[in-house]
Amino acid sequence: MGEKSLSAKSGKGFGIFVTFCAMFLFWLLLSGILDVLHVGAGIICSAIIAFVSHDLLVTQKWDKMLRKSGRFIIYIVWELWQILLANLDVAYRVLHPKMPIDPVVIEFDTSLRSDLAIVTLANSITLTPGTITINVDQERGRFQVHSIAQKPADALLVDKTMQEKVAKVFMEE
Amino acid sequence: MVELIETILLAVVVLFLAAGVFFMLAGAIGLLRLPDFYTRLHATGKCDTLGEVLIIFGLLLYHIYYYSPGAELSVQLVPVKLLFLICFIFFANPTATHAIMKAAYNTGVKPWKKGDRRM
Amino acid sequence: MIEPEAMLTIFLATALLIVVTIILALYRATLGPEVYNRVAAVNVIGTKTIVLLVIIGYIFERPLFFDISLLYALLNFIGTLAFAKYLERGEVWSS
Repeated sequence: MGEKSLSAKSGKGFGIFVTFCAMFLFWLLLSGILDVLHVGAGIICSAIIAFVSHDLLVTQKWDKMLRKSGRFIIYIVWELWQILLANLDVAYRVLHPKMPIDPVVIEFDTSLRSDLAIVTLANSITLTPGTITINVDQERGRFQVHSIAQKPADALLVDKTMQEKVAKVFMEE
Repeated sequence: MVELIETILLAVVVLFLAAGVFFMLAGAIGLLRLPDFYTRLHATGKCDTLGEVLIIFGLLLYHIYYYSPGAELSVQLVPVKLLFLICFIFFANPTATHAIMKAAYNTGVKPWKKGDRRM
Repeated sequence: MIEPEAMLTIFLATALLIVVTIILALYRATLGPEVYNRVAAVNVIGTKTIVLLVIIGYIFERPLFFDISLLYALLNFIGTLAFAKYLERGEVWSS
């Protein structure tokens, strides 16, 4: 609710303008042809998309989003390192002759509530060592996670480094 | 000097391609070897994502060095398209894995426990 | 200077190995015990096809293939989501 009132305050026109610019830039990057026909078609298509769905892209004030994206990029770097570890872990488990796996299903609660934060955490859990998100209850912030062994499950249940990092990115402590 | 840089670049590209293929093979072997549906998704959801991203990134480096100088605009913009593809794979692959997993869990497919029969 | 033929050989080898992984996944797609195994294997084959299309674009030096691979990525993702929703609820769209 708070986000919607912010968007209404900063103006509908601003949202439409930002969406139009983003869509038109995307069009130019994908097409790469700069004659009248293609650019004109691009302007018309981006205008229609901006008019119909401007409230999907711009939901908050601009400076807040910019600061969030800065912290998000730092988080992505840490996440890439975790993904590499995850892949080596899975490759080890798969190629080991005895297959050291012992699957468990765990549940835990978080304080995250916004859509983007929950999507980020769910996808991060899926990509990091040994865990995949099964179910997310947005209202209580409850995650159900399938873990391939007990040790990666403890990383989420006891250490909680990933939840803290995501909460820091989206500032929802 | 230029030749040395080119050789190093080629080595980096080949390294990326080889690492990507290795992870994809590991994912495929996991898809065959692991005992049940949930653990198989562990193999495919992680290994395929990183393997594909590594291969596309290697091709992107190759493209930037070999094609970009003096080519026409639509060819020069190909690395941007590949970058979009990388972002999309990072976003879409875990989401698809999660969607299948949630569907299976909610319709009552039991997870495999240690000591059970292979499914 | 590296000859283009050497790179062509490397790309062909990569493409062949990807085809091998696709064949391994095809085993799971045809004989997988439950429908979920099959859907997962089909999703895996689709994502491997994206990479295969990009490599084919470099082997034949046609930039057109990159657009096709972008489109295929979108279609494969939406198809998998629709499959998952359908299997979970028995219908694709519920009002």
